Amino acid sequence: AAMSRKGVKLLVDSLTRSAKHFNKSEVECLINLFDTLVARASSQFAGVGFDRTVFRDTLHSAFGMTDDVVLDRVFSTFDRDNNGYISVVEWVEGLAVLLRGTLEEKMKHCFAVYDLNGDGYISKEEMFQMLKNSLLIQPADEEPDEGVKDLVEIALKKMASTYLLISFLLQDYDHDGKLSFEDFEKAVREEKLLLEAFGPCLPDIK
Amino acid sequence: IFSKASSSLEDIGESSSETDEDEQPVRRQEGSTDLSPEYWGIQKLAKYVKGGDPTATVIALCSMRDLNLSQEACQLAIKDTGCLEVLINLLDTEEIKCQTGSLKILKEISQNVLIRHAIADLGGLEIMVKILDSPDTDLKCLAAETIANVARFKRARKTVRQHGGINRLVELLESISLESSFQAEDTETARCGALALWSCSKSTRNKKAIRKAGGIPLLARWLKCSHTSILIPIVGTLQECASEPSYRLAIRTEGMIEDLVKNLSSEHEELQMHCASAIFKCAEDEETRDLVRKHEGLQPLSALLDNCENKQLLAAVTGAIWKCAISRENVLKFQEYKIVETLVTLLTDQPEEVLINVIGALGECCQEQENRGTIRRCGGIAPMVKLLSSTNRALLVNVNKAVGGCAMEPENMAVIDSLDGVRLLWSLLKNPNPDVQASAAWALCPCVENAKNSGEMVRSFVGGLELIVNLLKSKDKEVLTSVCAAIANIAKDQENLAVMTDHGVVPLLSKLANTNNNKLRRHLAEAIAHCCMWGSNRVAFGETKAVAPLARYLKAKDPLVHRATALALYQLSEDPNNCVIMHENGVVKLLLAMVGSTDDALQEAAAGCIANIRRLALATEKAKYG
Repeated sequence: AAMSRKGVKLLVDSLTRSAKHFNKSEVECLINLFDTLVARASSQFAGVGFDRTVFRDTLHSAFGMTDDVVLDRVFSTFDRDNNGYISVVEWVEGLAVLLRGTLEEKMKHCFAVYDLNGDGYISKEEMFQMLKNSLLIQPADEEPDEGVKDLVEIALKKMASTYLLISFLLQDYDHDGKLSFEDFEKAVREEKLLLEAFGPCLPDIK
Repeated sequence: IFSKASSSLEDIGESSSETDEDEQPVRRQEGSTDLSPEYWGIQKLAKYVKGGDPTATVIALCSMRDLNLSQEACQLAIKDTGCLEVLINLLDTEEIKCQTGSLKILKEISQNVLIRHAIADLGGLEIMVKILDSPDTDLKCLAAETIANVARFKRARKTVRQHGGINRLVELLESISLESSFQAEDTETARCGALALWSCSKSTRNKKAIRKAGGIPLLARWLKCSHTSILIPIVGTLQECASEPSYRLAIRTEGMIEDLVKNLSSEHEELQMHCASAIFKCAEDEETRDLVRKHEGLQPLSALLDNCENKQLLAAVTGAIWKCAISRENVLKFQEYKIVETLVTLLTDQPEEVLINVIGALGECCQEQENRGTIRRCGGIAPMVKLLSSTNRALLVNVNKAVGGCAMEPENMAVIDSLDGVRLLWSLLKNPNPDVQASAAWALCPCVENAKNSGEMVRSFVGGLELIVNLLKSKDKEVLTSVCAAIANIAKDQENLAVMTDHGVVPLLSKLANTNNNKLRRHLAEAIAHCCMWGSNRVAFGETKAVAPLARYLKAKDPLVHRATALALYQLSEDPNNCVIMHENGVVKLLLAMVGSTDDALQEAAAGCIANIRRLALATEKAKYG
C-alpha cells in the first residue's frame, strides 16, 4: 500500500530532521531505494519493511561488506525494534550513521556491532567469535585456537589496559577481562585505526 | 664500470651543508649474543602481521606501536625478525588501514640509520612515492613524513627523484583553500610535504627538480603563513636551495626577503637560524643586500648577536651580517646598532664557524674609516692578529682581509706591527693555498704603505723579499695580481727594490705582461712603473719585452688600467730604445687622447711620456740630417 503524497512529504521532513546527515533530496532517494527493496521482498510483509537476507545482499553489493557475522550484527543494530524487518525510518537513520556519522556515532555503532549479546561489554568470548577466522596462516606446531586466543589477549591488553590494571590491583583475577564502551571509546580516540578493530562494519571509502 | 662513474658524478653534485651517511652503516656489535626481549615481543606480533587478515594485522600493528619504537633494540628487532619486509609489503596492498598502521611504525623506526638504509634496499621508497597519489590525506602525510626520514642519505634521495617523488611532494604544497587563508588540514599536508622536500633538497639535482616542478611559488606562498610548524621546513628548504643562483633570484623577485626578515623576530630559535642562513646565502647578490636593508632586516640581525648560547644560530646570524656588510650603505646602518663593538667581543672563545663569519664581517666594516678606529679602541686588533696563526683556510682568508682593512690607519698599523702582525702575514705567503697567499699579499699592501720605517721592517723578514718575488711564478691569477700590488708598494724603498732586482723581479714581471686580465694589467703596470726606479731596470724591461704588451693595455676600456700603464710607459720612456718600441706600437696616438683626461696623474704621465718620445724623435732627426 503506497503512501499518500502528503504522507511521503511528512516522512521526508521528519527523516531529514532525525537522520541529521542527509538533505531532503538524498532522503527522497533513499526512500525510493527502500521501496524498491521492499518490492523485491515477499509481498506479505510489504508494509513492515525488508528482512535480513535482502539487507545482507544490499550491503554486500553496495559496500562490498562480506563478513556474514558482522553483517548480521549490523542488521541487528539497524533493527532497533527487533522485529526482524528494517522499516524506512530504521533504514534512513541507520545509513546516516554508516555513511556520514560523526566519530561518536560511528563508535557507538561499531561497539553495538561487536557487543554480540548486547550486555554493554565486549567479552573475551565475543572477541574470539569475531576473530576466529582472522588467522589465515597457522603455524603447524600450534593448536588451532591458540593463535586466536593470543590475538584476543593482545587486543584486550591494547584497549582495556586500565581495566586490567585495576583488576590486578584489586587482586581480582576472576574477571576474564572485557571491554566497556568507555574503554573502547578511549582506545579509538587515541588510535583511530581501532574503530573497526574486530571486523569491518563500516563501508569502504572506495 | 659505467654505473660506478655515474654514481660518482652524482656525488659531485651534492651540497655539503650536512654531514652525510652514504657508506653502508656499520652495526654496533651487541655484547651478548642472546636475542633481546624486544625481539620476542616483535616476533610474536609479527606472526599476526604476516599470517593474519587485515583485521588481525591492524590489531597487531597498533599493539606494536606500544613497544618503545625509539629504542634501538626494538628497531633492530623489527629488522632482524623479518618484520620490516612485511611492513613494506603491507604498503604495497590496497588496504588503507594496513598501509596506515605500517607507515606509523616505519615513520618512527626510520629515525635509525640502519633501518632507513634497509628500507631503501627493500624498495620501500618507491612504494611510498606511489602512496603519495592516494586519496587518503592521512596516508599521504604519513608517507611524506617517512620519506623525510629515509631520504637522509644520498642514494635514497636519488631514488625518490627517479620515481617521480619530487613532483608529487611539490603537489602536496598545493593548498586547495583560498589564497589568504590557511586551513588546518591543508597546512598539515603541506607541512609533511615540506619536510620531505627539505630532506630531498640536499641533493643538487633535487633542487633543480623542485624548481622544475613549480615548487618555488608554492614555497613563497607558504612562507607567508604564520604557523611555525610549517615555516621551519619551508625556510629550511629555501635555505638549502639558496646555494643555487636561480633560487636566489626567485627569493629576491618573489618578495621572499620581506618574509624572511619578518621571521627573524620569531620566538623559535630554529626558525630564526634558518632565516638567517637563507639571508646569508642570498646576500651574495647586491640587490638582495639592498632589500634586506629596505625591509629593516639589519636591526633584528644585530639584535640576534646577543644570543651567544646557541652556536648554530650565532654562526648563521654572523654569516648573514658578514655578507650584508659587503654593501657600504649596510655598514653605515649597522654602525647605528654598534655592531663593531659587539663583533669584537665575539673574537674570542667562539667556535671556528662563528669566527670565520665574525672576522669576515669586521673585514667588510673596515670599508668605513670610523670603524677601523673603533676596532682598535675596543681592543679588537690583538685577537685578530692572534688568529693569523690559525690553520683554517677560510678563517685565514677573512683574517687577512680584516687585518689589511685595519692597516689602512697608521694608528692601527702601529699596533699591528708591535704584535708582530706583519711578519705573520708575510709568512702566510708560504701557505700552500693560493687564496690564503693572495689575501695575505693584498693585506701587505696597506701594511707596507702605512708602517713606520716600512723599508727597514720589510728588510727584517729573513728571505722575505726572495719569497715574494718568487710568487710571481705562481699559476694563480689572484696571487699574481696581489703580489704585483705588494711589490709596487715595496719598490718605493730603494734598498728593497735593489734586493728584489737581484732576485730577478724584472724578467719575472715582464713574463706576465701578455695578459688580458684588466685587474692584473693594472697592478702589473704599477709594479713595473715603480721597479723602473733602480739602476738599469728600465733598459732590462725593454730587453725582456715588456714594452709592446704594455702598449696594448692602452686599448683596454678600464681607466685604472690607463693610468697605471701611462705611469709605467712614462718611466720606461726615459730609455731611448723603449721610446722606439713605443712609437712603433702606436703609443703616441693613444696617449694623446689621454692628455685631456680629468685624471691628473694620467694626464701628467701621458704628457711626460709623449714629450720623451718626441724629444728622442727630434734628436734622431737632428743626428740624421745635421
